Amino acid sequence: MTEPEALAAAWWPYLLVVVGGLATYFWRALGVALSGRIDAGSRLFEWVACVAYAMLAGLIARMIILPNGPLATTASADRIAGAVIALAIFFLTRRNIGLGVAAGAGALVLITWGRALL
Amino acid sequence: MTSNSPQAFGSPRAAALAGMRDSAGVPMLVLGASYIGFGSLVHGAGLDVWLGLFSTFTGWALPGQIVLVELYSLGGSLLVVAAAVAMTNARLLPMTVALMPWLRHRGTPAWRYYLFSHYVAVTAWAAAMRVCPNLPPEQRLPYFAGFGTTLWAMCLATTAIGFYLTGLLPGFVTLGLVFLNPIYFMLVFVADARHRGRILALATGAVMGPPLHLVSADWGLLITGVLAGSVAFAADLVLPRRRASKAEASAKAEVAADD
Repeated sequence: MTEPEALAAAWWPYLLVVVGGLATYFWRALGVALSGRIDAGSRLFEWVACVAYAMLAGLIARMIILPNGPLATTASADRIAGAVIALAIFFLTRRNIGLGVAAGAGALVLITWGRALL
Repeated sequence: MTSNSPQAFGSPRAAALAGMRDSAGVPMLVLGASYIGFGSLVHGAGLDVWLGLFSTFTGWALPGQIVLVELYSLGGSLLVVAAAVAMTNARLLPMTVALMPWLRHRGTPAWRYYLFSHYVAVTAWAAAMRVCPNLPPEQRLPYFAGFGTTLWAMCLATTAIGFYLTGLLPGFVTLGLVFLNPIYFMLVFVADARHRGRILALATGAVMGPPLHLVSADWGLLITGVLAGSVAFAADLVLPRRRASKAEASAKAEVAADD
């Protein structure tokens, strides 16, 4: 990589964050500006919510089933087991998110550790 | 967490302090753990700690931050990242619109609303929607500002903690930290699933996300959102309504937050 290219590569993630920050704050500022003039319960916003939910559900499923980064070193079955355990504990503890998350993440750690010992 | 909302705090200043106090309980614990996960994710993506802090500082709203880091790791273009983050966070617009009537008070300069709107994200928003209606108008924005400021500061701290813990702890433990985020959001969505359209959107999105990612790592996420979201929205409109959906008063975050 030449010097300017290396510099550009170093700043690239920061540029993404700036753009991401603007794309985030934009909605908040628009919300302040439009409040009192639009109906937050309208069908348009229900569609917006559906798109956001679908996108995040797709991302989460992808992060569990086809992760990149450190999680890619774990077995798919282990990650899915962790997710199932998290759901089970969540429902068994009357929908306690904290306990569910701790159980799911803890299970993945223990299973991965167990496999390393075998 | 104050389950029985206080009627008033005596002064705007006391309301701000009460907001700071209220955020330092369960919300801080759960969100702090999630931001430890985010710091860990930033580390795993090969980015530096300043990038993670900068992200929590400017684009505070965890789902969008995760989308950004994940798409960066996959080499997403600026256009794709901007569109995906904007679509993830578009829900902040109706949330802000719903909250604003509870924050407005005669004589408050407009810039304060724009400044503190930065704190509109699920946790602080849900708390303000629950508590502010019970407060005198002059105490509402201070309460929200106090709550958000403490929570934001704690998220910055835990972003850094998560980043450095990932380097310090053994590999199999950091896996658990990176795993926190997908598991946390999975449960948040399950807990929040009351509207039929949104439940359908979650299910359709979860099914379509991984295969569409294989089709295009760059555009797969956006296509999943628009396609699965629209299918779910349309299905909800078309399918016959059942009377009185079993809206359990489940997760604490959603009290009085229906719309």
